[in-house]
Amino acid sequence: MQNTLSSRLMLGLAQAGIAAAASMVVVLFARRRNIHLESELFIALVRGIAQIVAVGSVLVLLLHGPRWTSGIILAGMMLAAASTSSRRARMPGAFQVSLYAIFAGAGSVIALMTFARVIDSAITALVPVGSMLVANAMNTNSLALNRFKADVQSHVGQIESALALGAGAEQTVTPYVEASFRASLIPAIDSLRSLGIVWIPGLMAGMVLSGAPPLYSAIYQFVVLAMIFAASGLTSLISTTLIRKHAFSAAEQLVLRPELPAH
Amino acid sequence: MNDNADVPIPSIVLRTEHLSRSVNGRLIVDDVSFEVNQGDILAVVGPSGAGKSSLLRLLNRLDEPTSGTYFVEGREYRDFAPRELRRRVGMVMQSAYLFPASVADNLRFGPRQRGENLSDAVVSDLVAEVGLPDFASRSVDNLSGGEAQRVSLARALANSPAVLLADEPTSALDEEAKRGIERLVVNIVRQHGLTCIIVTHDTAQAGRVATRVLVMDAGKLKRIGPTQEVLSAEHT
Repeated sequence: MQNTLSSRLMLGLAQAGIAAAASMVVVLFARRRNIHLESELFIALVRGIAQIVAVGSVLVLLLHGPRWTSGIILAGMMLAAASTSSRRARMPGAFQVSLYAIFAGAGSVIALMTFARVIDSAITALVPVGSMLVANAMNTNSLALNRFKADVQSHVGQIESALALGAGAEQTVTPYVEASFRASLIPAIDSLRSLGIVWIPGLMAGMVLSGAPPLYSAIYQFVVLAMIFAASGLTSLISTTLIRKHAFSAAEQLVLRPELPAH
Repeated sequence: MNDNADVPIPSIVLRTEHLSRSVNGRLIVDDVSFEVNQGDILAVVGPSGAGKSSLLRLLNRLDEPTSGTYFVEGREYRDFAPRELRRRVGMVMQSAYLFPASVADNLRFGPRQRGENLSDAVVSDLVAEVGLPDFASRSVDNLSGGEAQRVSLARALANSPAVLLADEPTSALDEEAKRGIERLVVNIVRQHGLTCIIVTHDTAQAGRVATRVLVMDAGKLKRIGPTQEVLSAEHT
């Protein structure tokens, strides 16, 4: 038994090493174009493996714990997701907005689906499935905030022209809010659209491997992706709504703009 | 203490007092005080980086002064809601930045912000005034640079401002379009009884359009006075 566990661990580490090496190939190609991702990817890979092994260890410990502990674990994940997403966006109010959006977006979908028994409330089901929703909500939130920031910073003239004519601050960025929301949902929509044709997701593969009926596994995979879309969409809707006011000062001056030299 | 210093004289439409703004510890507008009377066209000139556009941005409250203040028609700028101040102090930017719609929609944008809908007749008058009769229904997509800047001017006028700020409005235009805009600004200011502050790096242009000239250098007000007097002093 002990031998099987350690040999599986070794196998897992070897597989992780090979997969990480594949990521490094991308870095080498990027380097040829003078795009240096080495340190960022190295840190991400080390952090990724350390974090997932730590979570796996905690899950092993909590397997027989009370069900409410999954709520605490998911809340911790949402907090970490908000922090990661806001660091990526680097704009005023990003953490607060990300926190509210992910808690309200992913949190409410997880709670509702658990209540409706779409997600099993056992820790071994709720935490992994919930984490998928949180992770996707985080990615969507990052995409939405980054797109909003980039759009606003590249349309400073248009926004300030509208302000100079007496327009309300939040109204001047409405086109960029809509574009950010739409763009942030492209991955989630594409995942749903190409399900089963372009890819067979891991959850379904895992369920089949662990003996679940393939048809039920396939349907449940769709259920998960639909939940991901709901959680991501709600998160993006909330974050793009809340972030607008952080682009402006109290006197309706655009503060989210590249600092220009004085003329 | 002279009590009269705090009482705005009616003909003074805009007055700044020790107006300053610093960015990252650097003063880009440094203790600037001046007055502009009704009907004046004040040209703000100076080298690149002198703080000319930064001064104009403060007057439209697109940026906040870090110290000092200014008064519009006798009221301190902070007594206005930002949107109301921007309506009273209109601004034409270096680029026209028209909204992707018809010329008429662009002209209606400002008044619509406070629930007013400009009639077709008013829109026609405005486009005719800026020399573009029959342009109201046209899309802004195919306008030349000079035409776009004329629409931008009409769009600012649609808000019925008391003060018109123009930030190098001709810098991207050819000589003919530039002269056209200059004549237009002078005529509009006269006809509407407006007060205008125009930023330009071109002292010849200041000589052609301005009644007074303010020279800035390194964020400071270097000289202000009647056009010929200031320009002569600058050239000696």
